Amino acid sequence: MNTNNLLLEVKGLKTHFFLDEGTVRAVDGVDFTIERGKTLCIVGESGCGKSVTARSILQIVDPPGRVVDGQMLLHLRRKGSNASEIEDIIDLAKLDPRGVPIRKIRGKEIAMIFQEPMTSLSPVHTIGFQIMQAIQLHNTVSKQEARNQTIEMLRLVGIPKPELRVDGYPFQLSGGMRQRAMIAMALSCHPSLLMADEPTTALDVTTQAQILDLMLRLQNEMGMTIMFITHDLGVVAEIADDVAVMYLGLIVERGNVDTIFNNPQHPYTQALLRSIPQVGPKARQRLDSIKGMVPDPYNRPKGCPFHTRCVKRIPGVCSKVLPQTVKLSEDHEVRCLLYGGNNHEGAL
Amino acid sequence: MTIDKIGQDKNVILEVRDLRMHFPIQKGFLRRTVGYVKAVDNINFFVRRKETLGLVGESGCGKTTTGRCIIRAYNPTAGQILYRKSDDKVVDLVKFKEQELKEYRREIRMIFQDPYSSLNPRMTLLQIVGDPLTVHENLKGKELEDRVAMLLQRVGLRPEYMRRYPHAFSGGERQRIGIARALALEPRVVVADESVSALDVSVRAQILNLLQNLQEEFNLTYLFVAHDLSVVEYICDRVAVMYVGKLVELADTETLYLYPRHPYTEALLSAVPKPNPRLRSRTNRIVLEGEVADPARPPSGCYFHPRCRYVQERCKTEEPALRDIGNDHFVACHFAEQLTLRGVLDKEKLVG
Repeated sequence: MNTNNLLLEVKGLKTHFFLDEGTVRAVDGVDFTIERGKTLCIVGESGCGKSVTARSILQIVDPPGRVVDGQMLLHLRRKGSNASEIEDIIDLAKLDPRGVPIRKIRGKEIAMIFQEPMTSLSPVHTIGFQIMQAIQLHNTVSKQEARNQTIEMLRLVGIPKPELRVDGYPFQLSGGMRQRAMIAMALSCHPSLLMADEPTTALDVTTQAQILDLMLRLQNEMGMTIMFITHDLGVVAEIADDVAVMYLGLIVERGNVDTIFNNPQHPYTQALLRSIPQVGPKARQRLDSIKGMVPDPYNRPKGCPFHTRCVKRIPGVCSKVLPQTVKLSEDHEVRCLLYGGNNHEGAL
Repeated sequence: MTIDKIGQDKNVILEVRDLRMHFPIQKGFLRRTVGYVKAVDNINFFVRRKETLGLVGESGCGKTTTGRCIIRAYNPTAGQILYRKSDDKVVDLVKFKEQELKEYRREIRMIFQDPYSSLNPRMTLLQIVGDPLTVHENLKGKELEDRVAMLLQRVGLRPEYMRRYPHAFSGGERQRIGIARALALEPRVVVADESVSALDVSVRAQILNLLQNLQEEFNLTYLFVAHDLSVVEYICDRVAVMYVGKLVELADTETLYLYPRHPYTEALLSAVPKPNPRLRSRTNRIVLEGEVADPARPPSGCYFHPRCRYVQERCKTEEPALRDIGNDHFVACHFAEQLTLRGVLDKEKLVG
């Protein structure tokens, strides 16, 4: 892996929610890196902490949640005095969630597309107003200039008649069009990292295909890095370069997309892949389902979080030792005791 | 076109003929009707006993409305829903009044989409699952509890949970409760409306397996309404594709997926993300332009023509009828025979 080309390094990120009923460890020690221009997909079932990870990066975790530990190093490039590029490294975890520095990053360097385009756009403001706000906040431009940029952006994401739509309200657009407007807003300041939290889950397959195509096209045109959160393994196979599989706040396996789909090592990844129906000749084989369900967040299992549902668990070991991440190859990491993850004094 | 299968084929349990469900659009102070949303517009299909018919399409195409018409939650505007009773007599469910329907309400049941909003939060499992038994069989006390316990066990829930409320259960478990409620009266036909859409992958597989087990055990006939084509291919024997209130194609699953005959089916199949990175179809995927037509103001001619890749003059004016092109393969396209359409990619060919 080319270390010079890193955009974001997340090390030991922990985000906990302090509730009356107890502490929910939504993200509990997540490490990953994203290279510039690549697409990282984070996959997992609901409640595994994938959305909270993304929100932690932007420091928009709602109270009572808080980033309690870890580092999130954002490598920012800017032009130096003599045309050379200077790389600044900012630790997002250290920034005050309400402070000025993080607000300069939100929307400008890291933008986010949310899952439900209806609830994440303001219903009482025009689309144009909402996009212009972001542009005017981060750039010194006149109102007219911002409006022109907005129309340009809407055209770029394929909204027909953008000069009229710019004054429209979200309810006048269909689901797919709203998601396009959301993407236009996210891209309006040319961010280095675009985080997309299940952007196509609420959409139909044909619209989903349009949106995925659009995102890939824009990635090529603008050289953007994408962090894509989804639970749909089909979508992952279509767009990812790298994949991180999450389970109960931990990344259990990480690798490039081909490795994850064709040579998965963690029992959870293997089970997940077996439990999806495939379109094609093999379609009618019986599905292997994973026994049980994701444990309740207040009663996380001790040891490996997956051991309660794992078919390959080692009795008496998996329930006690939290596996450490093991590097299987240059580009493939797994957190499982089957591959010797207990060498380093696994902490409970 | 009417298929009229139920008269010829003793195995056909349900046939829908020319079903229409138009919802009036009302405006102004006097609530005058200014138009109709043609949610379901003249559809025909039939279901055989013990088979699973999938009903697929994008949101707003009328698949849920069709399901609701069949359980007679809606009063269809026109058409017939012919149902073969267990004594082989064929009846038209559209004609029945509420009181006469009671008998059929126990034979045709529904599993709902959202396991969160379809269970009353103030009722215990015993009340939820037991309600149909109280209404139809007048069961009470110990007898009722025994039946509910048996049903819960059958869908994989512990009978001890009987006195708990729905909030204590996860999505997958709630869907099991919904299934137990649907099965309480030993129905013959079950309309499953997007019953796995709201679930996680691992739980979805459990519920799909459960539905299949129950089908074998109770000889159920499923009408499986879904938008997820990979799930439909997995569970259905035959598939009907809907677009803006019309049925565009109906065939057995394998034929439909490998040799689609309608351009919309082709586009729909090509849009499904394939869970194998080696089959990335970025370059040759058909991406439909534009939006689904508005069922209140549908386009002229074939409803699909503004988005169709093979559109010709005839499509803009003349509406294609659903016709049989052999082997129970029904298509509503003028050029079904002429077009060569791409089905689901043949994996072996591609990898090799």
